[in-house]
Amino acid sequence: MKYKNLTKVLISLTLFLFISASQAEQLLMARTNQGFPEAMLKLQETLSEFKYSLSRVQRIDIGLTASGYQTDKYRIVFFGTEKEIAHLSKKYPHLLPYIPWKIAIFAEQQDTLLVSANPMQLSDKKYPDADKYLVKWKKDIEQIFQILRESE
Amino acid sequence: MTLSLKYHILLGTVFLLASASLHAKPNGEQLYSTHCSACHGANGDGGVGVPLSLPDFQYGVTNDYLTKTIRLGRPGRIMPAFTNLSNKEVKAIVKHIRSWAPGKPFKYSNKKINGNVKHGKEIYAKSCAACHGATGQGGKGTGVTFSRPRDLPVIAPALNNPGFLASAPDLMIKTALMNGREGTPMLSFLKQGLSEKDIDDVVSYVRSFEKNSAVKKIKEKHIPYLSYESPNSMEETIANVKKAAIGKNFRIIREQYLNEGLVKEGKENKKQMMVYFCNFDFLNRALAIDPRVGLFLPCRLTITEENGKVTVSSINPLFMSGFFNNEELDKLCQEMHQVYTDMIEESTF
Repeated sequence: MKYKNLTKVLISLTLFLFISASQAEQLLMARTNQGFPEAMLKLQETLSEFKYSLSRVQRIDIGLTASGYQTDKYRIVFFGTEKEIAHLSKKYPHLLPYIPWKIAIFAEQQDTLLVSANPMQLSDKKYPDADKYLVKWKKDIEQIFQILRESE
Repeated sequence: MTLSLKYHILLGTVFLLASASLHAKPNGEQLYSTHCSACHGANGDGGVGVPLSLPDFQYGVTNDYLTKTIRLGRPGRIMPAFTNLSNKEVKAIVKHIRSWAPGKPFKYSNKKINGNVKHGKEIYAKSCAACHGATGQGGKGTGVTFSRPRDLPVIAPALNNPGFLASAPDLMIKTALMNGREGTPMLSFLKQGLSEKDIDDVVSYVRSFEKNSAVKKIKEKHIPYLSYESPNSMEETIANVKKAAIGKNFRIIREQYLNEGLVKEGKENKKQMMVYFCNFDFLNRALAIDPRVGLFLPCRLTITEENGKVTVSSINPLFMSGFFNNEELDKLCQEMHQVYTDMIEESTF
């Protein structure tokens, strides 16, 4: 009994520390020295390797240039999994306007920048069960961004 | 295996892992790439953030200034406070930043300069305010990358920022004023005709900003989303949402089921609909303030029906604004929050 309680404390402490650290950065960002088309392709491939499907890609630059504004290449990539979206949209109303999750990808001179919100920002004490999804998304996005950073 | 043995193995593994991570030598290049390069460029060439590899910047600032800047950030001016990094990690990042400029940077003592604040204020208004702002609030467009039209490679820093004031000793500010910063619009004010005494007065005036910056704004906590129940049917509510968007000068760019693209065609949940809309003038203004605003884009209202109850919801721009540490963006998010609130109210009336 004593060991069970201690194990629980240990696990809770580890989770608490992990969640605290996960919440520290509000935006997840990465720079890759790949040009925009290559980075865009790599992002889509990597999302697929992580078992995410692309909901759609929104072209921001087209509308802006059509309205007479100057901009470089800029897209929003929406992604998710069928199962997660179905489950989360029903159970967690605070997540509904944020799913499918997105990554903004845009050119900066020869490089490409990627930005996503840290999913842990949506962690809510009222819905502790949602944390396992948010932790997973954060970890996945960090890994995806690392792959993009290392791509040449 | 007994429970006690299992427990001790588990405990031992946790301590070993913790100990290994504490004693591992941090890799500055890797840490810089993960935490800094997105804004400051892979080789410190700048972008959203200042060009750290600029020789005059490298020689003009101390390691202590860089360390404090990483730790404290610049509240409201994009640069976040990296409180989650260990001292060793911060040191490794600073060392990596220093690798771009051989030679030793200046060292400054923490000696206070006691100039004439009143006279400093007069000089500041004439010579500094045009770039750094009348009250030291800094140049506009801190978050703008080179991906957008931009006049200057460096946006004038906010001298009244508590992060800056806590990081920069008086003598560092004085040296910047005396020598200028080559590669930026910052000129040498000695060459512009100011005396060393005048410069001391300006330093004291800049330091006087501390009195105001010490007052910390308590950030209001915002809920993550806005949501209203609609008394109308799903179809009527969707039509009302579109009408409300057009009424606010937005263009409807797409209607889509929430799980569209993630499920086979025809299998979408018809009770979860997203309406996307955009105002390109507003969008252009937002991108000129912070290129990362893509995370708000495109504007969207989500209409759902669950057990006969129709709900319209959206992100809360005030909640998301907190992610960006950008005061200029906060103002735009206030505006957007009002737009979303009005639209949701109108469409659920």
